[in-house]
Amino acid sequence: MNDTTPNSYRTGPDERGRFGIFGGRFVSETLMPLILDLEAEYEKAKTDPGFWAEMDDLWTHYVGRPSPLYYAERLTEELGGAKIYMKRDELNHTGAHKINNVLGQILLARRMGKTRIIAETGAGQHGVATATVCARFGLECIVFMGATDVERQKPNVFRMKLLGAKVVPVTSGRATLKDAMNEALRDWVTNVENTFYCIGTVAGPHPYPAMVRDFQSIIGKETRAQMMEREGRLPDTLVACIGGGSNAMGLFHPFLDDPEVRIIGVEAGGHGVDDRMEHAASLTGGRPGVLHGNRTYLLQDADGQILEGHSISAGLDYPGIGPEHSWLHDMGRVEYVSVTDDEALAAFQLSCRTEGIIPALEPSHALAHVAKLAPTLPRENLLVMNMCGRGDKDIFTVAEALGSKI
Amino acid sequence: MSRIDAKFAALKAEGKAAFVSFVMAGDPDYETSLAIVKGLPAAGVDVIELGMPFTDPMADGPAIQLAGQRALAGGMTLGRVLEMVRSFRVDDQTTPIILMGYYNPIYSMGVERFVAAAKDAGVDGLIVVDLPPEEDDELCLPANAAGLNFIRLATPTTDDTRLPAVARNTSGFVYYVSITGITGAASASAARVAPEVDRVRKATGLPVCVGFGVKTPEASAEIAGVADGVVVGSAIIERIAAGEDTASVLAFVKSLTEAAHGA
Ligand SMILES: Cc1ncc(COP(=O)(O)O)c(C=O)c1O
Repeated sequence: MNDTTPNSYRTGPDERGRFGIFGGRFVSETLMPLILDLEAEYEKAKTDPGFWAEMDDLWTHYVGRPSPLYYAERLTEELGGAKIYMKRDELNHTGAHKINNVLGQILLARRMGKTRIIAETGAGQHGVATATVCARFGLECIVFMGATDVERQKPNVFRMKLLGAKVVPVTSGRATLKDAMNEALRDWVTNVENTFYCIGTVAGPHPYPAMVRDFQSIIGKETRAQMMEREGRLPDTLVACIGGGSNAMGLFHPFLDDPEVRIIGVEAGGHGVDDRMEHAASLTGGRPGVLHGNRTYLLQDADGQILEGHSISAGLDYPGIGPEHSWLHDMGRVEYVSVTDDEALAAFQLSCRTEGIIPALEPSHALAHVAKLAPTLPRENLLVMNMCGRGDKDIFTVAEALGSKI
Repeated sequence: MSRIDAKFAALKAEGKAAFVSFVMAGDPDYETSLAIVKGLPAAGVDVIELGMPFTDPMADGPAIQLAGQRALAGGMTLGRVLEMVRSFRVDDQTTPIILMGYYNPIYSMGVERFVAAAKDAGVDGLIVVDLPPEEDDELCLPANAAGLNFIRLATPTTDDTRLPAVARNTSGFVYYVSITGITGAASASAARVAPEVDRVRKATGLPVCVGFGVKTPEASAEIAGVADGVVVGSAIIERIAAGEDTASVLAFVKSLTEAAHGA
C-alpha cells in the first residue's frame, strides 16, 4: 500500500497532531484552548527528568513494574510452533495495562493544578485505574460508563465506588463506550476550569494519542530489554489486541523501526466481520472518518453516521481506533487481523488450562490469533503476546457464554 | 453581498437585533420539519439554522441529541437535509439558511461534493462544531471558495490571544456561545454577555449573535438588547419533542421573535 517508506515510523505525530492524514484536533472551540494547554504542559513534562523520576517510582512501588516477560512453555508445546512469551501486564496493580497511562495523566493533572478528574470507561478497567490513582492522590473522580456496560461489568462498577469514584451511567445514544466518551467531553466543555479529562486509550484529539502511547510504551521498552536478556536478540513476532489500541501501541512503538520484527494487531471480530456489522473491527470493516477529536478508521454507515461496535469484550467494542494505528495500517508496517467472540472464548479457556492464567477477554483475542499463527511458525520464532489484563472482571460474561451459572 | 450580510445590514438599518432559530432537519419527520421551517420567516425568524443530524453530537445537550435521534430514526440523511433546503428555497429567496452540525457526515459525502451541493441547494453558511480554526483547510477554506459563509463559534475560553485566529477566514457573523457547556444548559445573564459581545465584535468586525440557554421571550429580549442577534434552539425543539403541532410551535417562535425585535 505504501509507495514511500519513511526513514522512521516513530517520529509522528507532526505539529498538527497528525499521523499522515490521521489524528488532528477536531474539537469544539471551547475545548481547543484546553487541549493546547495540555499539549504545552505535556511537552514540558516530557523532557523533565523530575516527571519521569516520579513516574518510575510509582511504576515500581505502586504498580509493580517491570511486569515479567514469561515463557509460556505448556502453551508453546500445545500449539507446537513459535516460542511464546507473555508480557504479563495483567499483574499490574488493578489488573491491566491501563494504570501505566493513568499515572502519567494524573501526575500531569497535578502539575496543571486540576482537582477534578473525569474519565470514560468501557470494560471498567480504565475507570478502576483512574479511580485508584485519584484515591492515591486525593482527587475527585467521576467516571462515565455506558448504562449497558454498567450492567455487564458490575464488579468493576463496585470497585470504582469502593475507591471513592462517582460512576455516572450514560443512557444517551446507545449507552456504551462511545457514548461514555461523548458524555465525558460534554462534562469537560462544561467544567473547563478545574477538570482534567483522563482518556483511556490512544484516541481523542492531539495530544492524547501521542501522550497515551508514550506512557504505555513502557510495555515495549521493558519487553525489548527483557528479551535481549533472555534470548540475546529481539523478538520475531508481536501480537496484541486492539480496542482503542493503547496496549498494542505501547508494545509496538519501541519496535516500529526494527523491520525484522513482525507486528500484528488483533481487532474484535464479534459475530464475524461482514456486512451485518456485528463486530468492532474498525480497520478491517470500517473507513476513515472523524469522531472524538481525530480522524481515523471508523465503523459508520453510508451517510457517515457512527455504528455501534459489538464484541463479547466490553473493552474492545469501540467503533474507532487510535489514529496512529490507522496510519500504520495504511503504511503497511503493522498487520491487522480480527478474531471472533467464539475464538476469543476458546483462547480464554486455553490460557486457563495450559498456563493457569485467567486472561481478560481483551487479550484473549490476541491469544486467539496466536493460537492460529504459532503452529505455522518455526520453533525458533520468538513471539510475544501482550497479556494486558486479567480475567476476574469477565468471569460472569464467560460463565454465561459457556452456559454455566455462578 | 451574501444573503447573511444583506440580512444583517437590513436589520441594522432598522435598529433591530436578528432572531436566529435552530431546529433539527427531519425532526420529528421530514414533512413536519419542512412545514415548520417554511413557517419560520412568517413567525419573524431572520436567520434559519438547520441541524444536520449526527449520531454523536458531542457539544449538545439532551434536547438536541434526541432531536437528532428522532430525525435519524425517520430516515434523515445529509442528502435529504439539502433536499429540504431546496424545497424551502422554492418560495423564499431571502431568508439565510445555515447548516449546523458535525464534520463526519460531510467528510463522508466528500467535502467538494458537499460544498457544491449545498451552494446549489441554496445554503448560505455552515457552522461545524468540531472544526476549530486549526482545521480550516478541511472545510472552511473550500466552503469560502464556493461562496458559503463559514461561521465560527467563540466561547468564554476564547481569550484575546485566540480571537484573531477565530476571526480569520470567517464571515457572516460570529456565534458567541454564552456559557462553557452544552446546548440547552443554563444561560448567562445579559450583563455578563455584553462586554464579551463587544470584545468579539471589536476583534472580528462582524455581527455577534449569542446563543446557548436562551429559552424564554424575556431572555430573548434581554440578549437581543446587548448583541446583534439571539439564537434559540433547545426551547423550540422541546416543543416539537412534546408533540405540539406546527401552528403552536410557530406561535411560540413568534413570541420569541417579537420579544427580540422589540428590544
Ligand atoms: C485488559 C484490557 N485490554 C485491552 C483493552 C482495550 O483498550 P486498548 O486497545 O486501548 O488497550 C481494555 C479496555 O478496557 C482492557 O481492559
